[in-house]
Parts: sequence; C-alpha cells; structure tokens
Amino acid sequence: MKKIPKFISVVVVMAICVAGGLAIGGCGNKTDEKVSIYCFGDYIDPILIRDFEKETGIKVVYSTFDTNEELYPVIKNNGADYDVICASDYMIEKLREEGHLDKLDKSEIPNLKNVLPEFMKKVEVFDPEQEYAVPHTWGTMGIMYNKKTLGKDVKIDSWSDLWQKKYKGRIVMPDSMRDTIGIGLKKNGYSLNTVDVHQLLAAQYDLIQQKPLVYKYVNDSARDLIIGGSADLAVVWNGEFLYSKAENKNVDFVVPKEGSEEFIDAWAVTAKGKNKKNANAWINFMLSKKAAIANFNYLTYTIPNKYVYDNMDQLVAELDEQAYNGKGVIKNNDVVFPSDEVLERCEILRNLGSDGDDLYTDIWKKFKAD
Amino acid sequence: MIKDLKNPLSYIYLGIIVIFLYAPIFTLVVLSFNRSRSMAVWMGFSVDWYRRMIADPMILEAIWNTFSIALVSAVIATIIGTLGAIGVTAMRKSRQTVILAFNNIPLLNADIVIGISLMLTYLIFGISLSWGTVLLSHITFSLPYVVLSVMPKLKQTARMNYEAALDLGATPINAFIKVVLPDVLPGIVSGFLLAFTMSVDDFVVTHFTRGAGINTISTLIYSQAKVGIKPTLFALSTIIFAVVLVVLTVSNIISNRKSVA
Amino acid sequence: MTLKKQSLWSAPFIIWILIGTIVPLLAICYYGFTTRDGNWTFNNIIAIGKAEHARALWLAIALAISSTFLCFVLAYPIALILKASKLGEKGFIVFLFILPMWMNFLLRTMAWQVILEKGGLINSMIAGAGLPDLEIINTPWAVILGMVYDFLPFMILPIYNTLIKIDNQIIEAAYDLGASWFTVNLKVILPLCIPGIASGVTMVFVPSLTTFVISNMLGGGKINLIGNIIEQEFTTSANWNLGSGLSLVMMVFIVVSMMFLSKLDKNKEGNFI
Repeated sequence: MKKIPKFISVVVVMAICVAGGLAIGGCGNKTDEKVSIYCFGDYIDPILIRDFEKETGIKVVYSTFDTNEELYPVIKNNGADYDVICASDYMIEKLREEGHLDKLDKSEIPNLKNVLPEFMKKVEVFDPEQEYAVPHTWGTMGIMYNKKTLGKDVKIDSWSDLWQKKYKGRIVMPDSMRDTIGIGLKKNGYSLNTVDVHQLLAAQYDLIQQKPLVYKYVNDSARDLIIGGSADLAVVWNGEFLYSKAENKNVDFVVPKEGSEEFIDAWAVTAKGKNKKNANAWINFMLSKKAAIANFNYLTYTIPNKYVYDNMDQLVAELDEQAYNGKGVIKNNDVVFPSDEVLERCEILRNLGSDGDDLYTDIWKKFKAD
Repeated sequence: MIKDLKNPLSYIYLGIIVIFLYAPIFTLVVLSFNRSRSMAVWMGFSVDWYRRMIADPMILEAIWNTFSIALVSAVIATIIGTLGAIGVTAMRKSRQTVILAFNNIPLLNADIVIGISLMLTYLIFGISLSWGTVLLSHITFSLPYVVLSVMPKLKQTARMNYEAALDLGATPINAFIKVVLPDVLPGIVSGFLLAFTMSVDDFVVTHFTRGAGINTISTLIYSQAKVGIKPTLFALSTIIFAVVLVVLTVSNIISNRKSVA
Repeated sequence: MTLKKQSLWSAPFIIWILIGTIVPLLAICYYGFTTRDGNWTFNNIIAIGKAEHARALWLAIALAISSTFLCFVLAYPIALILKASKLGEKGFIVFLFILPMWMNFLLRTMAWQVILEKGGLINSMIAGAGLPDLEIINTPWAVILGMVYDFLPFMILPIYNTLIKIDNQIIEAAYDLGASWFTVNLKVILPLCIPGIASGVTMVFVPSLTTFVISNMLGGGKINLIGNIIEQEFTTSANWNLGSGLSLVMMVFIVVSMMFLSKLDKNKEGNFI
C-alpha cells in the first residue's frame, strides 16, 4: 500500500509539468506567424500544409467542416478564429452580403494570373466585382453508376432514373440541404434557386417518395460506396469520377439531361480574422503551379488553374499508369473540364436571403423527419 | 444453488456474447493489416496503413490533444474534487444534500445538453473556442465523478483520527498528509482514473466546445467517417485496443495480487 | 482546524459547480425562451409538438426503450451465469465483458458501419454461403444494434455488482422451503437485483435517448432522432434558440425517467462507481 502514494505523486508532478509546459508553449505560439484555415474535409492535399509551413514559416491551423451550412454559424459566431475559408458560391455570397468577408489583397496574390479566365468570370455570379473570392475547385453534380452491375445496355441520363423502383436499395443521395432539394427541383424542371413554395413542395414530395429506394444519404463518402459495390448509383460531383475510376474500372459518370448544379468552391478571407497577410499568402500558395497540380492529383476535382488545364493529358496518363499500368482505362474525357453544351445546362446556387433559407430549412426538416 | 446455470448451454451463451463484443474490434484489427482499401476482401498482409498513420500529422495531433486534455483535466478535477469532497463532508447534512444534488446534474444530464450549454456559455462571455475551452469542459463533466469517488472514503476515515493526530501535536497539514490522505487515496486514484477515461472517451462535449484546428481522436474519427473511412483509422483502432488491453491487464493483475496479499 | 475552516476547502469546487453547471443551464434556458432577436417566447418549447420534432422524439424513445430492453435481456443472464459459475470471482471474466467499454466509442460504432455495409464483410460472407443479403444498415435495426453493442457493458456491470452482494443463504433458504428454480429467480433474485437493474437501465436509456452519433453513423441519414434534430439546429440550421428549447424538453424527459428509476434504487446500491 505504501507504494501507491509515491506512484501517484509522480503522476501528479508529471501532469503539472505537462500542464505548465502546455501553458507556456501555448503562449509562445501566439507571437509566431500563423494562419487559421477552415475548409471542406479532405479538400486539399495534406502534404501542401507542410510545404506551405516550410516555405513561408507560417504555422497552419487547419480545421474542416462537412457542409456549407455547418460553416455558417461558426463564421458568424467565432469568425475571429479563422483567417481564410473555402466555401461554395452561395455561402460566399451570403457571408459577403452579411459582412463576414474581407476584400482580397491582390498585390499579395500574384498567382491570380494562373486562374483560368472563364472560371474567374463565373465568380462574378456571387462576387460581382471579383473582390472577395478566388476559385479553388469547380464542379458539377451528376450521377456516377456502375456499368457492370446495372447491365451494359442500361442508359442512365436523367434524374428520374434515381426514382426507378428496380434500383431500390442501390441509390445513394447527398445529405446536404441545397444539393438534395436541388435534385428534386431539377427533376421537375425547376430552377435550383426557386423560392416558390409550390415548386419546393413538389420537390419535397418527390424526395419523400424516393426515400424507400435510397440506400443512404451521405456526402463525400458516396464514391466509396460505389467503389466498394455497396451501391450502384450515386449522386456525386464530377471531381469524384477520376478517383473512382482509378479504384473501380466499371464506373461511369453522367450529367443528367434535365440540367444540374454547378459549383465554385472558393477561397475567401474572413473579416474578423487576425492574420490577413498570411491568409492572402495561403491563397497565393494554393494558386501556385505546384499546389494546383498536387491538389488535382489528390482530389481529381476540376482545379481551374492553367497549369492543370494545360497538362490534363499528361496528368490523366499518370493516373492511368498508377492504377492500371498505363492500359488506357482512364482517358482524358470531358468529365473534368466539360463541354459548353453541358455547362449550359448547369446552374450556380445563389444566396436566397434569410426568408429563403427559412423556407428551405423547413422543407428540408420535414423531408428528413418523414 | 443456481445449479441449472452450470450446464454447457450457459457457457455457450457467454461465448456468443464474447464473440458479439469482440468480433467488430477484431475485424478492425484484421482490416488494418489488409493491403487494399477494401473493407470486405483480404488482399494480403501489409503494415502500410500503420506507416501512413504515423506520417499523418492530423492523427498525431489528435492523439496528442486527446491525452494532453485527458491528463491535465483529470489532474485538475482530482485536486479540486478531492478538496471539495473534504470540505463538503465538514458541512451540515442539509447543505451537503443541496451541494451533492448540484454535483449530480452533469452526472445525470445528457452529453449533448452539457456540450451545448457550455458552448452557449462560452459564447455569451465572449470566450473563443480553443484547446482551453475543451479542457474547461472536460474538467466540468469529470469533477462530479471525482467527488463521488472520494466522498465515501472520507466518511470511513473517522474525523477522530485526524483530531487525535492534532492532539498528539501534529500540524494540520502533517496530520492531513500522514493520517487522512492514506485512507482516502484509493478513492482519489479511482476518481483520477475515472476522470481520465471519461475525458479520453468523450466525443459529444468536445464536438461542441472545440475551436479552430482542435481535434481529438473522437472528433477526428467522426469527421473522417463523413468524408470516407480510411484504413489508417483501423490502424489507429488497433493501436488503441492494444494499449487498452495492456494497461487494463497489467492493472488487473496488480490489483489481483494486492487483494491476494 | 475547525469544521468551518475545513468546509472552506470546497470553495473552488463549489465555484466550479456554479460556473460550470448552473450558469450553462441558465444560458440554455435563456436561449430556449427567447427568439433570435432576443424577445421572450414559448415557441421553441411548443415546437416539440410539430410533426417533424414529435416524430423524432417518439422514434428516439422507441429505439431507446428497445435497446434498453434488449440490453437487459442479454445482460441479466450473463450476470447470473457469472455469479453461479464463480467465473466472476477470478475478475478476469468480468473484465472480459467490460473491456470493450474502454475502447473509443466512435471506433466501435464505426466498426459496425464497416461490417454491415452492403458491400461489407458480413454480406460478402453471406453471399459466399449463397444466402440473401442482410439489409439492416441504414435502418432503425442497425441503430438499435449499435446502441446495444455500445451500452451493453453498462448494463452487465451494475447488475453483476448487486448480484454478488446477495447473500447465498437467502437463496438456499428459498430452495429449502421448496421453491422451484423459476420461483427463486423470479421472487427472490430478481427483486434483490432491482437497484442494479435500475442503474443499468439509466446508463443505457439516457445515452440511447439522446444520441446523435449512433443514428448518424449507422442510420445513413435516414434515421432522425431528437438528438439529431438538436445537433442539426446547432451545427447546420443555425437556429440555436430552437435547439435550446428542444434540449430543455428532452431534459424534462430525462429528469422524469430518472425520478422514476431512482425510486427503484433508493439505497444507491447499484452505483456504478
């Protein structure tokens, strides 16, 4: 028994030392240069964080979120804790209109010239003067499916294919308010930005009808379900396609004929953030040749950077080399950089104001609860 | 007496439950050594996922956060809780009841309510969420466990012992360290261990009170499960399971020996 | 040192309780009874009557009751066998049943997601045997399974702890008086176990009722419990007032079930600690 007190006192002393060390260490860090980044989960090549730290000496505090809706309350209430965010078009618009964003310091971002001009133009939809946002990725929503399990002669080209009873239990839908409701709207031929109650109720009705057919509502891991064979049809972003193709050669991707959502996920600097200069430096780094190519190789999303666009053939060939020893299973097709015909069918999400948000939230919650 | 339960059927039942409890964990262990990402097909042995896990700064940081928060919060909760228990036993019975009732609130309340209410409090007082707010929250929910572990032992220590020591000329501090502490120590130790494990295992409170860049093992798993589970997490599970197994087995053997001796 | 002086030692503890428990509860009440603009309202409380909220609450209650019942049905025989076979006295066997509890709770839940997935382990094994798929992932059954798996040790331990305290002489006396095995179990052992059962039920029921993690990970976005609703109000819908109001309602349910259960466990015999 006598031995316990010694053991415990050793533990206590050690713990106090650790606590003290942490307190001192924590204070020490504050004087260092740092930048706090808030980004979608798994949306940059993690190696780049270390590279940025090495190159600039700025320490990166990296946090992630799952959907735009999750980001919003955090930036609204704890905006000072984040310097630079990556969010989608409509959320950037909302944050900008509510004053949560700061203008970019373009003199700190010389790499802005690497961004493809047609994508910079798209930013004007939610940032008319191109003052607040720089695109990180571009994408469009579509259906990824398994050619082999569905059968060779099956043609998937419409949202209503996701309502076919024969696919019961094999369909994966997104679990994100605007995207999921958007599918219901597009199926009926409505705009993604409608605030017409009747149109929304029609979309909600369809989504509720579809519920028994759906295997799972999930966002980013949908591709894993297709790759692993747990499901045969999933709504994913075009950027998931090459990655999935490298893992499972039977997958194919289509942007439905009724039209679809296109998005721009963009970097922006927060208004309350404390490290503006470092935030701009991070954005500049993300636009560099090295980061753009690394991000493409990691994500296989459309990176609207001229170094990615110009090297697409080579980058895709490298991917094919790694996955299939260069047998040409993966080809450079128009999934990553789609044709104009596809682009014309797509629509960017807009901020709908707080009344519009409340309407969508209500539609969404009733759909979820049913 | 309950002789009927000694038949083989009851052992089979125990066996089934043990399989139920361990099969999922065992699956993760096996998959962590799988060469491919596949979660169903065995493609050959590899320690690649362990290599990647060790190289992943987010996992390492989460491990560090988890254990630094657990250790510091458990130490602080143990100190404050032990002092609290000593103080409370000296109070009138009616006052004790009131304080213990308050002490029980976090114990009985749902994690989600504790997490939300603490987050709202930080926000109201303008405290920005960080490592520190997670620490404060963990101290808050583990304090009651420390108090409840120490209190019963204090009741056993006759106050008289302490007063007798004073009468014999010991200083109060000396009397406390030499007379009271040894009796209470088992309670303090189990309170500390309880606080530590509660903190390591917590997800919900951390989820609501963590700030920029702060991940514990639990929150990391939760966010990774959303973007797609990677086998590096299986490697992490295996290591955690191995550590738990070793620590608990050793402590079990030690405590068994002690009870024999 | 006088009693008064000694009671001063608890000052940090009492202050901590005040700031760490009472203030947050007041905060949640404040949010629960105000609108986003800060005006007083009861709407956030009444909102529980809305179909989408009421349904989530009932589903949570139904799943919590089912999983608690299943935990009891599984755990009670285990405790009986452990006591009867004296396996428990070695410590190791009891240890075997509570060890999984120390493993991270999210990892254990994640394990089931991996196993139950349609292209996952169980189904590829079943398919190998030529049987039809087991389709329980993303249904309420998977959530119940997750709850039972995660919380079963919390039921076994308190029941076992009260069971080993029962004096064997009482049981033998009952047999001597001619009671059958069944009667002894029903009329003697079970009633004496009630404190342990009560605390086991508390420790399974409350976390099951309030969880959002298990339903999220095993429910595939199709199972919406009251915990999910509250979590979403705080993280995605950004209506903290409504979330607080609904949490207050949920707390009422917890308190009521606690009061009921604590009557069964008057002497705190079934205490876990």
